[in-house]
Amino acid sequence: MEEKKFSKNHEWIQMNNDETATVGITKHATEMLGDIVFVEVPEKGKNVEAKGQTAIVESTKAASDVYSPVSGEVLEGNQAIVNDPSKVNADPEGEGWFFKIKVKDKLQLNELMSKDDYEKFTKENPS
Amino acid sequence: MEKTALYNFHKNLGAKFVSFAGYEMPIQYKEGIVKEHISTRQSAGFFDVSHMGQFFVTDNKSSEQSLEKIIPLDFKEIKINQSKYSFLINDKGGVIDDLIITRVKGGFNIILNAACKDNDIKEISKCLNSESQYELRSDLSLIALQGPKSESILESIIKNVKQLKFMNGGYFEYKGEKIYITRSGYTGEDGFEISVPNTKVENFTKTLSEKGAKPIGLGARDTLRLEAGLCLYGHELNQDINPIQANLKWAISKRRREEGGFKGWEKIKDDLQNGVSKIRVGIKPLGKIIAREGTKIFSSSDEEIGIITSGTFGPSVQSPVAMGYVKNKFSKIDSKIILEIRGKKYDAVVSKLPFYKKNYVR
Repeated sequence: MEEKKFSKNHEWIQMNNDETATVGITKHATEMLGDIVFVEVPEKGKNVEAKGQTAIVESTKAASDVYSPVSGEVLEGNQAIVNDPSKVNADPEGEGWFFKIKVKDKLQLNELMSKDDYEKFTKENPS
Repeated sequence: MEKTALYNFHKNLGAKFVSFAGYEMPIQYKEGIVKEHISTRQSAGFFDVSHMGQFFVTDNKSSEQSLEKIIPLDFKEIKINQSKYSFLINDKGGVIDDLIITRVKGGFNIILNAACKDNDIKEISKCLNSESQYELRSDLSLIALQGPKSESILESIIKNVKQLKFMNGGYFEYKGEKIYITRSGYTGEDGFEISVPNTKVENFTKTLSEKGAKPIGLGARDTLRLEAGLCLYGHELNQDINPIQANLKWAISKRRREEGGFKGWEKIKDDLQNGVSKIRVGIKPLGKIIAREGTKIFSSSDEEIGIITSGTFGPSVQSPVAMGYVKNKFSKIDSKIILEIRGKKYDAVVSKLPFYKKNYVR
């Protein structure tokens, strides 16, 4: 399996094959948000831009936007987290994924961070 | 930024802090808002509310009369050790602050909101004559213990607190100190508010923790009070909203509703006689969407009719809950309304309050 890449907005993306990827929010993001109680995922067929607002996550405290790390076409939103938002807290980088995307330009992945770099980034930018 | 006497205690418990009304306060601890909320409903939780003002006014011939000018209560009917919920009222009938006032031997204890307390003291002192003395008790901390196990936990530390009835208080002894305890709170649960000297509060709170009460932050305090349909100053209440609009008519004593004699009476009398233009209601979005403060409310014929003042997900009712103001004619329970959230329209209904049924010991 391909390694996950991470954005400064606290999303992760993982290529599933040559064309498609899965996107979610990081464990660090869920720890900052607290208990997640509402999720809105994009509809199939929606075209999104890199760093464009794509999904919404709400904790008991506030609403936050989720951005797509890359441009492309949404293939599927995760209905399981819409029905049970606590799945995002339970397994943010697995079952709690947000959407699958057909990646338009794989070169955009190079602008993202590796796991080690992301961990360093969150330590340097704790909030 | 100010800190309460329990700041380091919170820190050691893994609290996350936010700045609130000039204080660094815990918004949540390790378990998170939902678990803290449920612990309070099912067992017991303690809250550091020492940022709130504990204001003492001495009783003399004129102080009751003076306070009646700005607080619409019938002071003659407040018995010793009885607490009442009320407000400080401005000239337009708007709410300067909401408060709990308790008659004690020699005067009144008034609990004021942290963000308002400095201004409140100015407003109260303006009404009092020179004989009255007053003091903000910054030497005292305030701990709320809330939830069905509050009574047994507190009784095991301080004998006879179980005899207190809801909205009543009394002096008790703790570690050689005389402390004041009321049976009250702001979560919709049975509970107590305990006024402890700053020097003893960490010891006291540790004991609550050892007896099984969980630390609860401001996050769960907000979800608890919202489920209980209780107003939060700065959201449901402010200087431009009067108690009749806030649907808190009951908090103005009967004699005062008839006779007036307090600030803003003309406006309040008008609203009592002719009805209000807008009123506070409970709002339940259908589905899972959360309507936050500032969400616009529309009628089913697309007329803008109001605004949400607080909204969150209610962990005990397992659905989104909100409160807001709507034009009076749309305030009937079960009225269909529409909420505009991030540019999209969502169905909702006007709901009865509270969302969560109270459980007080009367």
